[in-house]
Amino acid sequence: MATMTAEDLTPDTAEFILEVADVRKTFPGVVALDNVQLKVRPGTVHALMGENGAGKSTLMKIIAGVYIPDQGEVRLNGMPLQLQGPLDALEAGIAMIHQELNLMPYMTIAENIWIRREPLNAFGMVNHDRMNQMTGALFERLGIDMDPEMEVRRLTVAGRQMIEIAKAVSYESDVLIMDEPTSSLADREVEHLFRIINDLRAQGKGIIYITHKMDEVFEIADDISVFRDGQFIHSAAASDMTSDEIIKLMVGREVTQMFPKEEVPIGDVVLSVDSLSLQGVFENISFEVRAGEILGLAGLVGSGRTNVAETLFGVTPPTSGRITIDGKEEIISSPHQAMLRGLALLTEDRKETGLFLGLSVIENMEMAVLRDGYTKATFVEQDRLDQECDSMTERLSVKTPSMDERIGNLSGGNQQKVLIGRWLMTKPRILILDEPTRGIDVGAKAEIHKLITELVRQGVAVIMISSELPEVLGMSDRIMVMHEGRVTGFLDRSEANQVNIMQLASSPVEPPVVES
Amino acid sequence: MTKTMEATDHLEVVRKRRKKLPTEVSIFLVLVGIAILFEILGWVVRGDSFLMNPQRLLIMILQMSIIGIIAIGVTQIIITGGIDLSSGSVLALTAMVTASLAQQSDYVRAVYPALTDMPWIIPLIAGVLVGALCGLINGALISFAVIPPFIATLGMMVSARGVARAYTDGQPVSMLTDEFTWIGSGANPVIIFLAVAVIFHIALKYTRYGKYTYAIGANPQAARVSGINVRRHLVLVYTIGGLLAGLAGVVASARAGTGQAGMGLMYELDAIAAAVIGGTSLAGGVGRIAGTVIGALILGVMLSGFTFLGVDAYYQDIVKGAIIVAAVVVDQYRQRKRNKTA
Repeated sequence: MATMTAEDLTPDTAEFILEVADVRKTFPGVVALDNVQLKVRPGTVHALMGENGAGKSTLMKIIAGVYIPDQGEVRLNGMPLQLQGPLDALEAGIAMIHQELNLMPYMTIAENIWIRREPLNAFGMVNHDRMNQMTGALFERLGIDMDPEMEVRRLTVAGRQMIEIAKAVSYESDVLIMDEPTSSLADREVEHLFRIINDLRAQGKGIIYITHKMDEVFEIADDISVFRDGQFIHSAAASDMTSDEIIKLMVGREVTQMFPKEEVPIGDVVLSVDSLSLQGVFENISFEVRAGEILGLAGLVGSGRTNVAETLFGVTPPTSGRITIDGKEEIISSPHQAMLRGLALLTEDRKETGLFLGLSVIENMEMAVLRDGYTKATFVEQDRLDQECDSMTERLSVKTPSMDERIGNLSGGNQQKVLIGRWLMTKPRILILDEPTRGIDVGAKAEIHKLITELVRQGVAVIMISSELPEVLGMSDRIMVMHEGRVTGFLDRSEANQVNIMQLASSPVEPPVVES
Repeated sequence: MTKTMEATDHLEVVRKRRKKLPTEVSIFLVLVGIAILFEILGWVVRGDSFLMNPQRLLIMILQMSIIGIIAIGVTQIIITGGIDLSSGSVLALTAMVTASLAQQSDYVRAVYPALTDMPWIIPLIAGVLVGALCGLINGALISFAVIPPFIATLGMMVSARGVARAYTDGQPVSMLTDEFTWIGSGANPVIIFLAVAVIFHIALKYTRYGKYTYAIGANPQAARVSGINVRRHLVLVYTIGGLLAGLAGVVASARAGTGQAGMGLMYELDAIAAAVIGGTSLAGGVGRIAGTVIGALILGVMLSGFTFLGVDAYYQDIVKGAIIVAAVVVDQYRQRKRNKTA
């Protein structure tokens, strides 16, 4: 056990469990990191903050052995590391939970966790019983309730994230790197994760925690380091900083209003949904949205929020129920039909269902609008389209070197703006936004919020799904809360707060609700 | 913020430099290089010029025209993220059908004695339609029965060849009318090949059909959510692939003056090779007709060059196989580089 000796050395040889000094990393044409430092004390959670492109992920990949720095040093327990690959890092005692999930869907949970380290029997074959026992013991320690023999593909995204975390913990590393571990977790699962993190902290491990969520930072972090544009900006104890200060350090400018809610006149009912059901997924959903209104849709991951959005947009047609648009009952059985009726859906998962990663910015933006009116004698009217895409790019202030740039080369925030542009070009009257600001930096977030406000002022009806309660609270006129495929309540802007939303969103099964 | 902009500015410079050199140009340089290599080897080994022989060049291009026509359909299918293994067999089937409708009346053993001496357009249309039907079946199996393209077209590859053999109990169909064989005479196959190439180059670049084809290959789910009818579009692309294989069958039988069930053997692989050598990515979403045309020419130059040097056919296959693999290696390398900059 290499980790044992390392732990023995910890108290007297090193003040910091992990130290990064003067690290520089360049990619062809880009300086990703310059003169960066980071010092993590044992038994602490060290939050790394910065906008997308600040260099956090690059730094983490250097610490985890994915990239080799051009210059500078990484020291673990005071000893310089020479990492040639991720395996070296794992063996040295550094485990990373990647932002993208790296599990094998057709293998069991236990097989995924112990891959490369499977316990063997006398014949050199994998001892599955032993492996499942080990998994059970690990899960007990972490308070995870899952069957080790279940195939990973049957887990939700949140479930997979928990497995990734369990896997990282199973390496018994000194340093754990978590890159936005909560981006696909609902609040209850976040609490669970924080319990695990607190345990690890108590064991004296160093945890590096990357996130965009301010409330999380103050809840979990001991120290905070801020990065901007590939450079180290500032480091301090979390108790000595405020969220405004952090944001200022991150963006290098003041962001005065995070949620610029503006009262706009609310018009007639545009969309009305009556007892909409999708068998086995959600049931009996009824609500209305008016022109100029933002209806927030809150609930835990897996509560059926996204499914309702997809059903409204014809991706998965409902098994029963009625959809009425402008007082006329409509049957929507494909996204194409939904678009004809003035709907637009910004999907939850940018990479999976949004972007054409291999294609250019303009190809990504024009794709939804190609269907109506932009062809003449079968030829696409590219000039007219170019003009409209240009002005949309300007309106959304998308930062891209050119319209022919591959969209994969843009930052998350700019990618998201292009996708929003794709839908705005269809001139929707009902806009469904599923996690419109997930994983994008603070500046872009505020711009998207401003844009949403502008749209409702023009009379668009907006349905906004978000896992971030401050966002839901800040933007919505009304909030519909879902739990396990059912609507558990509506809250008005004036009465809603984090507590009553969470009460409606969390399971009424686990802590039995006391009826008065 | 300023730094990242600087970074992207820099990237832009890098990319602009690359833009001056699109993939087609580098493939074209490979073509030129191979041709020059054969020219030099020609003088060294045989004391003769490889390139200064219009006759040889014409034969070479003629040979590649038929595979080229197929490859244009296959390229579009690969861009959607699919594959078509059936094109060689579909060529054989359409060659049989089209030849059986193009026979001379003074031939005693015509397949359809009542349907001889027909105007050339009839067998042409029949052949193209049979090809399109095969493609339609491929597309329907893939889109609606949700069978992987590899398996669906593998089935068609085996079955279409079987139908081609059963059509005349394995007998060749000969004695075709002069007006029909005119289709395959002289440089006509080359003209047809280039015309098809131009049509689909334009279709892929400037029409909704083309844009949807790339979109489906890049991300089928996002395409669906963007309102594209993915299933219907895939059926269309596979039907066009079959139609072009059918057209190739017509040209092949017209040129050979006969329809035979053994025609077009392994052409599907040459067509896929031409597309891949030309820069079409098997991962989908990437590919150009111009690249495929050059890819087909590379295969043609290789074949012609080895024959000219008197290299044994077995060795030709070894080298051809190596080139196909090398093309995919280059594609993988390009993809990885692309992902790295992302």
